[in-house]
Amino acid sequence: MTQSEARITVQNVTMAYGDFVIQRDLNFSVKAAEIFIIMGGSGCGKSTVMRALIGLKAPARGDVLFDGKNFWKAEPSEYERMSRRFGVCYQSGALWSSMTLAENVGLALGEYTSLRASEIREIASLKLALVGLAGFEDYYPSEISGGMQKRVGVARALAMDPDILFFDEPSAGLDPISSKLLDDLILELRDSLGATVVVVTHELASIFGIADSSVFLDPETKTMLAVGNPKTLRDQSANPKIRTFLTRGEFASATKG
Amino acid sequence: MQDKLPSHTEVEQQVASGPRVKRVAFDTQGITAWDSGLVTFLLKILTQNTQNQIETDQAGLPEGVRRLLALATAVPEREGAAKKVVRIPLLVRVGKGTIAAVEEAKGMLAFLGEALLTFLTFLRGKARFRRSDLFLIIQESGANALGIVTLISFLVGLILAFMGGIQLRQFAAEIYVANLVGLGMIREMAPIMTGIIMAGRTGASFAAQLGTMQVNEEIDALKVLGLSPMEFLVLPRMLALVLMMPLLTLYADLVSILGGLVVAQGFGISATEYVIQTMKAVQLHDLAVGLFKSAVFGVIVAISGCLRGIQCGRSAQAVGEATTSAVVMSIVLIITLDGIFAVVTDAIGI
Repeated sequence: MTQSEARITVQNVTMAYGDFVIQRDLNFSVKAAEIFIIMGGSGCGKSTVMRALIGLKAPARGDVLFDGKNFWKAEPSEYERMSRRFGVCYQSGALWSSMTLAENVGLALGEYTSLRASEIREIASLKLALVGLAGFEDYYPSEISGGMQKRVGVARALAMDPDILFFDEPSAGLDPISSKLLDDLILELRDSLGATVVVVTHELASIFGIADSSVFLDPETKTMLAVGNPKTLRDQSANPKIRTFLTRGEFASATKG
Repeated sequence: MQDKLPSHTEVEQQVASGPRVKRVAFDTQGITAWDSGLVTFLLKILTQNTQNQIETDQAGLPEGVRRLLALATAVPEREGAAKKVVRIPLLVRVGKGTIAAVEEAKGMLAFLGEALLTFLTFLRGKARFRRSDLFLIIQESGANALGIVTLISFLVGLILAFMGGIQLRQFAAEIYVANLVGLGMIREMAPIMTGIIMAGRTGASFAAQLGTMQVNEEIDALKVLGLSPMEFLVLPRMLALVLMMPLLTLYADLVSILGGLVVAQGFGISATEYVIQTMKAVQLHDLAVGLFKSAVFGVIVAISGCLRGIQCGRSAQAVGEATTSAVVMSIVLIITLDGIFAVVTDAIGI
């Protein structure tokens, strides 16, 4: 199997709010059609690191490259072109509350394509059907449940057929079945569309279910501890913190005795 | 626990006053029921004893209490986590406040500049926002405000005519009530009152809407999609107010003159006399000045509301603060600019 080019490369990135450093010296890459997990204990800055990848917070130091091109230092038009290739799904859905579900999904299409309104509605209906919400096009976000809002968030992220998808804590607040369905959806997207997926999560079941590779961030040392497949890290990592995290504490209790 | 926590100071005193104590034990035979009050009390004693190197014998305590104590002491207090209460001297506070105010003024100017650039983008036809949003905001800020504008303009016109009329009657010059109401409202009062109404009604609404969107990450979602929040959210609001304010002010002018008319009748001035006198007193340039001011006030209200909304922190309290700040900022700026306009128009001679 040939080495796929890295789609996303993070080089020596430090994330900080003013002088307050969240994470430093991060180096990892995400290969094409890979499902990559950013994980770590609560408060380690996983979501902040993701914000650097999607264009919401510039790294204090270091570079983020997409297909070899520097993202944050790109020309505005190049930057826009790069951003259009990815779709983001937020922790709370972040749906625009004054628009219907169909309008939410179709907004990007309306702005960036020259499709007619009827065509946009058809595509929006398709995306909603893909996430199991056919028929809900004219509902408002406040009229549906939290789990449904998340799914609409996924549909919206898929609107422009992106090749890179970002998920911020997709399982948060979902029951185990919904969480599994979402994991299956992520796998399906990777298999059918060849999408590269980056997921921020600390849900072990999802991590072991879908991850190809991952990076582990530590809130105490404020840097990454390891990169690799989570199952390998769980079984063979030299770092006890990682193994404790990935075994839900069992490793620590087992080695205490 | 309802009434009072048992006092640990008594124990502290007894331990300190008597001979060197080595061990503290508990006799809980008489206890029929306990709650967190007991646990809190025991925790304080435990802490004291650890500090004074006295052993605490927990054997006499109920098992549930022992387990809770163990749980409470399992994770040591994180170093540096407790917030220190720092008393900042007055001079430092004044200094920090001044620096903060300067930063805020800079922020406002920067936002105003961005808004202007966005408006230029709009004139070039390249701004990305939804037409339906614009029409909705026009309806909400314009059409829906007619009721309150009618009420307030009518009453202000009435009051102005009444107060003026009483004074003018001393000189048998009641007819000049028409001048007073006409010029006073058209040049000054109508733009200001309408501006303040809009600030409270619409400016607050913009701040709350955008603030809540900020809290829900909706604005982040727009940014990531490549849509500029300035173009998508601020521009339609600014355009709507620049269009609606002059129209509402014109309407306020007419209604307030009507209010003056009602009072003038009470002073013995006929409707015809009043209208003719008003027409003599008010020139086109007076109307132009009033309407121009109202357009500027519209921009102020929109910018204040949107700026505070977008700057909003991520909590319910922050949304409340943003709304208040938007209204206060709008009103202060409206009155200040009105003063400046008064000086300028006087200097120019209009």
